[in-house]
Amino acid sequence: MADAFILDAARTPRGRGKPDGSLHEVAPVELAATSLRALKNRNNLNTSLVEDVAIGCVDAIKDEAGVGRWSVLAAGYDERVPAVVLNRYCGSGLEAVNLISAKIMAGQIDLGVGGGVEHMSRNPMGVSGFAPATDPLLAADFHFVPQGVSADLIATKYGFSRRQLDTFAAESQRRAKAAWDAGYFSKSVVPVVDRNGLTILDHDEHLRPETTVESLAKLEPSFAKVSKLAGFDRVVLQRYPEIERLQYFHHAGNSSGIVDGSAMVLLGSKTGAEQAGLKPRARIRSFAAGAEDPTIMLTAPAKGCRMALKKAGMNVKDVDLWEINEAFAVVALFFMQELGLTPETVNVNGGAIAMGHPLGATGAIILGTLLDELERRNQAVGVATLCVAGGMAVATVIERI
Amino acid sequence: MATHVLSEITADGIATLTWNCPGNTPNVFNDTSLGEFIPAIRELLGNPAVKGIIIASAKPDFIVGADLTMLLAAKNLTKAQFLERVYRLQGIFREMETGGKPIVAAINGTAVGGGFELAMACHARVAADDPVLRVGLPECSLGLLPGAGGTQRMPRLIGAREAIGLITQGKTVPATKALELGLITEIVPQDQLLQRANQLVRTIEPVQPWDKKGFRLPGGEVQSPSGAETFVGANAMMTRETWGNYLAPRLATYAIYHGLQLPIEAGCKVEARGFVELVFNPLTQNMVRTLFFSMSEAKRLKSRPKGIPTAEYRTIGVLGAGLMGHGIAHAAVTNGIAVTLLDVDLAAATTGKERIGAILTDAVKKGRLTETKAKAALDRVTPTASFDDLKDAELIVEAVFEKRELKYDITQKTEAVIAPTVIFGSNTSTLPISGLAEASQRPDQFIGLHFFSPVEKMPLVEVILGAKTSDETLAKSLDFVKAIGKTPIVVRDGRGFFTSRVFGTYLVEGIAMLAEGVHPALIDNAGCLAGMPMGSLTVADMVNLDLSHKIRLQTKADMGDRYQAHPADAIIDFMVNQGRFGQKTKAGFFDYPADGEKRLWPGLTKQYPPTASQPALDSVKRRLLHIQAVETLRCMEEGIVTRPQDADVGSILGWGFCPFYGGVASYIDYVGAKRLESECDELADQHGERYRPPALLRKLAPEGGTLYPA
Repeated sequence: MADAFILDAARTPRGRGKPDGSLHEVAPVELAATSLRALKNRNNLNTSLVEDVAIGCVDAIKDEAGVGRWSVLAAGYDERVPAVVLNRYCGSGLEAVNLISAKIMAGQIDLGVGGGVEHMSRNPMGVSGFAPATDPLLAADFHFVPQGVSADLIATKYGFSRRQLDTFAAESQRRAKAAWDAGYFSKSVVPVVDRNGLTILDHDEHLRPETTVESLAKLEPSFAKVSKLAGFDRVVLQRYPEIERLQYFHHAGNSSGIVDGSAMVLLGSKTGAEQAGLKPRARIRSFAAGAEDPTIMLTAPAKGCRMALKKAGMNVKDVDLWEINEAFAVVALFFMQELGLTPETVNVNGGAIAMGHPLGATGAIILGTLLDELERRNQAVGVATLCVAGGMAVATVIERI
Repeated sequence: MATHVLSEITADGIATLTWNCPGNTPNVFNDTSLGEFIPAIRELLGNPAVKGIIIASAKPDFIVGADLTMLLAAKNLTKAQFLERVYRLQGIFREMETGGKPIVAAINGTAVGGGFELAMACHARVAADDPVLRVGLPECSLGLLPGAGGTQRMPRLIGAREAIGLITQGKTVPATKALELGLITEIVPQDQLLQRANQLVRTIEPVQPWDKKGFRLPGGEVQSPSGAETFVGANAMMTRETWGNYLAPRLATYAIYHGLQLPIEAGCKVEARGFVELVFNPLTQNMVRTLFFSMSEAKRLKSRPKGIPTAEYRTIGVLGAGLMGHGIAHAAVTNGIAVTLLDVDLAAATTGKERIGAILTDAVKKGRLTETKAKAALDRVTPTASFDDLKDAELIVEAVFEKRELKYDITQKTEAVIAPTVIFGSNTSTLPISGLAEASQRPDQFIGLHFFSPVEKMPLVEVILGAKTSDETLAKSLDFVKAIGKTPIVVRDGRGFFTSRVFGTYLVEGIAMLAEGVHPALIDNAGCLAGMPMGSLTVADMVNLDLSHKIRLQTKADMGDRYQAHPADAIIDFMVNQGRFGQKTKAGFFDYPADGEKRLWPGLTKQYPPTASQPALDSVKRRLLHIQAVETLRCMEEGIVTRPQDADVGSILGWGFCPFYGGVASYIDYVGAKRLESECDELADQHGERYRPPALLRKLAPEGGTLYPA
């Protein structure tokens, strides 16, 4: 089997995913193209060598339905470069990297790009429809509850307190701010510019560095009202009858932010890297997708990471740094508890609570963040993982060369 | 020659199809009536002389839906054959809509089920201003769904949100509400109904809204933010209300959800497939059997001995104005029967009357009763502390505290003043009737009338025959039960009779699990998830643990050595010793904070720590239902209950046993004697002899016998 190497990674800044967000005006295809273009330009890439591009996107509808092939063309890639759009919900961006890596490892391509995009200010979550929530048979058979209720279910079931969650969230903000201030993201982040070359956005604009545990404590739980009103609290009991009563801890401040953004990772075999004249930065050691119960939904990353590490012949203590997507504070806390991790090695530069979670892009974003930080610390092994709707997870293990 | 559906055409081309099913029955869809209707309407649609069609009824009701006996007989067909039949009716309704001739439904009386589906397939629906008239689709309440386009047309008329609510809950509505919702097009006085239909049929456009270009679904499309909100909410709500135990509302919503995204013909197919699935589902057959047939038989007093003239009641005496007494009196006075309400002193009796007043006021507030009727009802209550005032009573219901000596005393004092023919009914939930009858001079006129709390909401009366109760007493007591709007089942005497005895096993089994280390939340949730209206611990708190405790002491005293200790006994003793009596002391298995929902008492898991590994949900559910099945079989074996229909009706109305199984006897047949026997043997080995199959089950099991005839 061939090795798949990360040759480079680029991402846009994350714009607030609302009509007043800076990236709202940017066309979805252009948002994806920005990261692709950065890979091309800064590596002086002969794009005719790129044999496939996989782009993760959850709600690929309307203009965002064009993000595959059309982003590639808009980014100025050779017209012979194909592309595919895929959807593994929040894991899409990492899944796209894994797909391209798999093609390389299988010897079917030598150079490719995997990444993702989500223009949430234009296509809000769920806009393309979500059958497991609306279809009466699916919803009943698989006990659908919204993700926030799932997050609260994990906290209730495993006994995480509101304060623990808020503490984690405030720390995410602190770390993100510190990392931005120190320039730790500068290797990956490329500004979004208009056709005149004028900058539209050059920084993650969702951050609230002034956040404290105390300020978070004032926020009302987001999911209590809808859960009780619709009856999600009782849906949960269908699957978790040992819980007396669901408790509600998650709110806007300890959940991931809704943002617009894209990220792309250039991958190649040894041959591909040589042909492109690029030096591999890390090797894709292994990857996995796992799944558990769709109702609790957000607990599978630990399982996904164990599966991936096993494939790599490694175990938890071989890993220097972890990136777990902060869909909700409890996701990261539960993950750390499951794998016995300490905060010093997990999301060291903050995460989606502070900087936002552009669904399809996040997997590629955190992989780039992970690699940048391994390089900065001169460490070797990192794991990126995300919880995924439907009870799934995606994980990728990388090792620096 | 038509016998069910008569067709007339006037000289100016207006045809009237009048439903008039022969005999003393309302208009229903059956093979004969549809066999006439379908060719008749088709003939009219094809007749160039016909300019418009009115569909009317010659009966007090319009059409009350499909003949359920016919529907149940569908199991003799193949599913494919039955699907074709469903398509045929759906098809003719669609022909009516698209045949180019205006059709008006002249809804003179109740139009429900298939009757209202037919009406919705008309281009206009005009209803008479009759206050008893109701329209709607009640199918889901019997485990079915509307299979003649009802799930498609109702939401297209009034929007998905409203339609889901009405259809899944099987709600029917009066004409005024139907008009407000948009289910009917207008209301006119009854005597102008046909005249108005005749005007309308000349003016309306023969096109349904959904067949017009640019039709927009009221309330928004399915795949829109508002549609998503509607369905996500409806799906969760359905689980909340049913704990996921009912298939019919789910399949109905499924047909609505997908059907509204499709042309109506394709939507009808989704609906038809769901309908076929339900009709062939044994649980639906059970539900229809119990909830429709057995319930109406019970209401019609099927168990009443023949040849005894019907008794009528003007005045009765109720002894005891407490929780049960005032509830029973309330049921009587709201049905036109005067009540002499007796208690130890006038103040206590008057308090009882005031409580009746409070129930009546509440009903007026909720629009269920007029103020005049409420006042008249309350005026029928005469509180008293004097036994002499009972002398005109035509029937006595005794509802004093469950203490034998007290009941003896009251019986004798009452019999001293009442007329010698008067029936004495004792509302006891546990004390054997034959024993209580020993205090009576006239044990043949002594009978058990076990009401359920709260009486104003609970429809069941368990009528208990003492050893000497006469047929005449039974017949006349049943007449009383019917007169006050309740549904009786007749059982034989024995400790706890049928309902309290079987229900009690559910309660104590849940409690007993605590000692095994089952988490209290799991116990309570498993009960609800199994289909019981409340968890064992919740209901134990509601009936109050000290009461359970006292009843057990009485039982123990009565039974002596024969009393078999139950593992729940020690837990109840512990709770009572802690002073935690239940809801009334705001402390039982749960705490009852003044400002919030009840919460499990933290001391409970300290005393009975949950084991690290908890039993699977299904096994807890099975235990909670099997224990009731076994006790029911024992009751049947002992002759306490003889008919499975009574066990089913009594279990659903008495303690809310899983209506989706059709009741506890239907549950036994559904599980199957063979499987029930082996699972109960296993449970007996693990948890105690109380699960050991009784002889009746041993007898049924080898051949897979059933309580109902196969």
